[in-house]
Amino acid sequence: MTRSNAAPTARAPDAGGAATSVSHPPPVAIAPMQVLRADGTIVDPEFIASVPPADIARLYAAMVAQRVYDDRMIKMQRQGRLGFYLACTGEEACAYGPAYALRNDDWMYPAYREPGVALWRGFPLQTWVDNLVGNCDDPVKGRQMPVHWSARAQNVVSISSPVGTQIPQCAGTAYAMRQRGDDAVAICFFGEGTSSEGDFHVGLNFAGVAKAPAIFFCRNNGYAISTPYEKTTAAPHIALRAHGYGIRGQVVDGNDLFAVIKAVGEAAAYARAGHGPTLIEAKTYRLAAHSTSDDPKAYRSREEEAEALIQDPLPRLRRWLEAQGLWDEAREQQTQTEASEAILAALALAEAKPHPPLSTLFDDVFAARTPLLEAQALELAAHLASGESAYRAAGGH
Amino acid sequence: MPTMNIIQAVNDALDLAMAADKDVVILGEDVGKFGGVFRATVGLQEKYGEDRVIDTPLAEAGIIGTAIGMALYGLRPVAEIQFSDFIFPAYDQIVNELAKFRYRSGGEYPCPMVIRTPFGGGIRGGHYHSQSPEATFAHHAGLVCVTPSNPYDAKGLLLAALASPDPVMVFEPKRIYRGPAHGTNWSAHPKGEVPAGHYTVPIGKADIARPLRGKGIPVSLISYGAMVETCREAAAKLEAEGIDVELIDLRTLVPYDLPAIVESVSRTGRAVVANEAPKTCGFAAEVVALIMEHCFDWLQAPPLRVTGYDTPFPYTLEAAYLPDSGRVAAAVRQVARYK
Repeated sequence: MTRSNAAPTARAPDAGGAATSVSHPPPVAIAPMQVLRADGTIVDPEFIASVPPADIARLYAAMVAQRVYDDRMIKMQRQGRLGFYLACTGEEACAYGPAYALRNDDWMYPAYREPGVALWRGFPLQTWVDNLVGNCDDPVKGRQMPVHWSARAQNVVSISSPVGTQIPQCAGTAYAMRQRGDDAVAICFFGEGTSSEGDFHVGLNFAGVAKAPAIFFCRNNGYAISTPYEKTTAAPHIALRAHGYGIRGQVVDGNDLFAVIKAVGEAAAYARAGHGPTLIEAKTYRLAAHSTSDDPKAYRSREEEAEALIQDPLPRLRRWLEAQGLWDEAREQQTQTEASEAILAALALAEAKPHPPLSTLFDDVFAARTPLLEAQALELAAHLASGESAYRAAGGH
Repeated sequence: MPTMNIIQAVNDALDLAMAADKDVVILGEDVGKFGGVFRATVGLQEKYGEDRVIDTPLAEAGIIGTAIGMALYGLRPVAEIQFSDFIFPAYDQIVNELAKFRYRSGGEYPCPMVIRTPFGGGIRGGHYHSQSPEATFAHHAGLVCVTPSNPYDAKGLLLAALASPDPVMVFEPKRIYRGPAHGTNWSAHPKGEVPAGHYTVPIGKADIARPLRGKGIPVSLISYGAMVETCREAAAKLEAEGIDVELIDLRTLVPYDLPAIVESVSRTGRAVVANEAPKTCGFAAEVVALIMEHCFDWLQAPPLRVTGYDTPFPYTLEAAYLPDSGRVAAAVRQVARYK
């Protein structure tokens, strides 16, 4: 699933150079950017030295907690307590890395495997779980399936199920940032499967033409549900497409937290300097199933999964932290226990909360209810009072 | 008071809005340097710059998708889809994104923006420059849909759309943008009086385009867009036959003005609804259903629809396809003389 055999076509700009110079056409670097390899080799000591080690310890702890949350949520779904779930197991660096590399006024358009981008910015764990349960404190008022949350206070945009729609939206938001004189950037996340959608093409093309300060972050995790990379495209790298749009492209080892931070940081500097968008392709692997609705055994081998485990972003980071004296087994256990307790407490609280009030069914269609919606709200109230309501019969209140 | 055609009225509204609010941006195919294929945005790029009147790549999903992203951040985009026939590549962005953003985010991300798109036939445009897809969008919760029929409403509704907290689709009647198209037999559509400054036509309010004259059998004739002119012509024809038409111009399809429909039909007891789109699931079907639900006790005759046929829109036989004033008049007669 990693395709690093092709030779690099151009130099990747370093963090300093990116802000001040740009070549024409913009460079497309397909040799995966790496800082810390799975075997512990340090490729870029200078970059490592530029990141406070305590921050890396905090990021690692958050990624460990995320894995605990994901594990717990899959179990909840299996017990019938959650309708649906999508884990980011194996891809944690692709959420926590960008969240760390960007500023809080940079907007983020997640797909559905990046709860980390909001949690890192302070989206409360309880609110995230309230959304998964769809209760009265769910910010989206129980209107969407689990995993489709919204985090306005964190500048993270509401999630929808059709894939790729956020790509041109991200381009538009980036355009608006520049138009308003803000030096913020907008980033969107999507999988390599989504790169086949028309919205991928129109979004990158618009952003390229407008030189919008956007970052297109493609998590190439090898599979679109069951469809392997080879059936998504004949091209060896998604990032190569950047060349066709006249924008900067960068392949990065998506399991290397340092490298992801570096790649996103450079892309942000490049965008803020007015040079335009970057397409980042993060090579990673979806250790999890696509969602709770599929079983990867049906479409990939155990051997392949075992091989992918070697690249797991967590152990390599842990070994590095241990070598710095910043981590040990006791901290690992403590982090996992705390995360487990926190998520179980949040779940217990979330499950005890009532449904969103029925009135919310008719709110937010428009800024104000139309007469038709007012009439339909009355119709529903009458039906619920009739004793023939399926909602009431199922215990709805 | 100045007189303008619909194109001039749209241009005037956009000019006023852009002068008043620097967050207003226009984007679409050929809208900038060229001023739009119908010339609705002519002169605006020169006045407000390339960053605010944006010539986009040729991709409707991109126009709407980027406009959504702009609106979420606080700009007020006015996206032009050159012909409503070409809107479908953006259907997903409109239906699954724009229409649902406020709802799906629990009110965290409202997305107020305007989509302008010319609709309807009568310009010798064949399948792909003539369709009337308004019911398709009216069907999806979350989209305000307006359909001006004259220059005054075109300006006033567009300015109201720009002030709306909701996404608004403006379906503009291109056949009467500038008056009758060459080679068709549509009645001349004169310029209308349009106030120079800022004013709005309220969204959600129908207009009595022609009140009852008080002589003859009363019939409510309900329409919108370019068909209003066709209906007006039919009404004039019927006056001599002792049939008194009250012509209601809906102006807004979502949210429709139910009180205006009920008030008129309960008074006349007879109704004909005319739209240019095909009959099946057209907006006229919705209006007839509303009449049956709300006016049954007053009805003297079954309401009728006059619509386009359930075929793709034709080229050579366009004038035969389009509902003309003769077809409207025939339906009104049938309803008036129902026993």
